[in-house]
Amino acid sequence: MGAQIRVYRQKIASTTSTRKIFKAMELIATSRIGKARTRVAAALPYANAITRAVSAVSSQTEIDHPLTTERGQVRRAAVLVMASDRGLAGSYSASALKQAEGLFETLRSEGKEIQAYLIGRKAQVYFDFRSRGYEKVWTGGTDAPEFSTAREVGEALLSTFLKDFEDGGVEEIHVVYTKFRSMVVQEPSIMRLLPLEVVDEDEPQDGELLPLYEYEPEPEQVLDALLPRYIEARIFAAMLQAAASELAARQRAMKSAGDNATELIKKYTRLRNTARQAEITQELSEIVAGADALNAS
Amino acid sequence: MATQGELQVEIVAADHFVWSGAARVVNARTANGQIGILPGHAPILAILEAGELSVVPVSGERLVVGVDGGFFSVDSNRVVIVADNAKVGGSVTPESA
Repeated sequence: MGAQIRVYRQKIASTTSTRKIFKAMELIATSRIGKARTRVAAALPYANAITRAVSAVSSQTEIDHPLTTERGQVRRAAVLVMASDRGLAGSYSASALKQAEGLFETLRSEGKEIQAYLIGRKAQVYFDFRSRGYEKVWTGGTDAPEFSTAREVGEALLSTFLKDFEDGGVEEIHVVYTKFRSMVVQEPSIMRLLPLEVVDEDEPQDGELLPLYEYEPEPEQVLDALLPRYIEARIFAAMLQAAASELAARQRAMKSAGDNATELIKKYTRLRNTARQAEITQELSEIVAGADALNAS
Repeated sequence: MATQGELQVEIVAADHFVWSGAARVVNARTANGQIGILPGHAPILAILEAGELSVVPVSGERLVVGVDGGFFSVDSNRVVIVADNAKVGGSVTPESA
């Protein structure tokens, strides 16, 4: 009996200390989430300005830019998958990867080859474990993305896109990331990055007409300079959303882990008390029985 | 058109907002050379060269912003400067990273 109490005490002690970790991680995620959301908001003016400019140029001029032209036949597609660097974020990485898996399936059924580009250590581990190949991986800082990373990713994707199919280039680029809807809703989603369909989700500018711009130097050059930036901005926006989603998912996961730990501690405390009570009862009855035996003799 | 006499200027960088306000003149360097934007300028979309651009606000001192590339658009007295890396130098307190 004594052994049982000790086991329960040990379990209570270890659960208490893990609960401390969960609590701490929850608090960290909570404090970072505000910052992540501010960054999503801070990147918005840039994205809006660039979207507006790109739509102006592409709608007002008849330029066949390689980035906006639909290729007749798509034989190979690149997919950029954004997962997290670290675990303990509930199903965050798993659902992003599941979404990616679904996309791979569709692309394959359309007879397209797939080139994977990964962001986040969890995505890398997932691919490594299944010994699947990937082109490139960026790890570190998924919960606080830097613009320089977005630029690197953009450049890498752009260079494969501009290559010919025969040289290993791709004809389509998709991005899988987790959209941050609210603190409780984050949805894994897919967007097609290239060829570009200029969509502005955030500002269906109530019927305001875009002015007829003059271009300097020439519309072609302006578009040349704008499009890579537009792509970088979109990748960066996706990364920021993914970061906010990751933190929200982590906060929620840690909250429920902490709650579960509290529950467990309660249960073990009850069991420990019962065990202790049983031990006392047994000791008492042993003494009484002993005394009885002595009296009887 | 729109409000006479001043420009609404917005300067944004990739990950943060840099400056906004009313201004009299904006000077920038494009691929073709120096360009000065006064109120009432025709709509234009131009590529910025790396270098400095300056804004003369309606009130306060001249603002000099160092950029390394980007573009800007002007329409109906609204100037949006999108810079890759904007560093505010000069009289205004720097808030860029």
